[in-house]
Amino acid sequence: MLILFPGAGIAQAPDVEERVKHLAEELRCLVCQNQTLADSNAPLALDLRNQIREQVQAGASDEQVVDFMVARYGEFVRYRPPFTATTFFLWVGPFLFLIAGAILLLRRVTKSHPEAPGLSDEDRARAAKLLE
Amino acid sequence: MRRAAWIAFFFVSLVALLAAGLMLNPREVPSPLVGKPAPHFELPLLAAPDKSFSQKDMLGKVWVLNVWASWCPPCLVEHPVITELSKSVPVVGLNYKDAREDALPWLKRNGDPFQLTVYDQKGRIGIDYGVYGVPETYVIDRSGVIRYKHIGPLSAQDAQKKVRPLIDELSR
Repeated sequence: MLILFPGAGIAQAPDVEERVKHLAEELRCLVCQNQTLADSNAPLALDLRNQIREQVQAGASDEQVVDFMVARYGEFVRYRPPFTATTFFLWVGPFLFLIAGAILLLRRVTKSHPEAPGLSDEDRARAAKLLE
Repeated sequence: MRRAAWIAFFFVSLVALLAAGLMLNPREVPSPLVGKPAPHFELPLLAAPDKSFSQKDMLGKVWVLNVWASWCPPCLVEHPVITELSKSVPVVGLNYKDAREDALPWLKRNGDPFQLTVYDQKGRIGIDYGVYGVPETYVIDRSGVIRYKHIGPLSAQDAQKKVRPLIDELSR
């Protein structure tokens, strides 16, 4: 299909490259999983960047390109996971921990300490003696 | 004492959670292709460039698609397992981003378990099949739906515990 719509011409090239770069930064390289397609030098990352370029040149929207990758490689290919039921705790978890930590800390700080036992007359006398 | 128990409980749960996480294989990404029709391809044969083969030609049969390359050492590791598997189910090879002059001698040297091998020189069909770690193995049912995808070399144990039972079930 894509071969039927070759690139729209050199004039658009910088714009295309910009979009390819932007998309490659949003997609994960599955070979070196902690890198984006833009960062990775794996041969597959190169193939996929070319694939993105072909599609962008053929007029695909960013969403279509991402959907193409997700259909083949799964949600994991998104470098920025979408907010869905399965990723709920991934997104919200850190904030829950932060709130829980804040509550614990607050409770600890404001907990009423039993009055420190006061000084007896004897202690005062001893202190006064030491300070002389 | 209650407090110490809570801290111990929290610590143990955390360790259990992290341990479970560490034991998962991060390379095993669930494939969205399982349960979907095998993507279409029409590729030349490795051994005969003038002939072509399509996944449609296998409709009505339970079969295995194995993605391999001569440059891929794990492919050699799983080769005996694939060979064993090929005795009871048709296995089609998909030679991925390889050169004919390397791939054909590889088959000659190590034995050719494939009913036939298609030649995906550019890896374009590999992309459609979500290939990212050669070798990969797919089990495809009679109606052309992918039922299982295995990433990385197939061990004898994987073949026996996962692939074989599935093929038997699908062939019934």
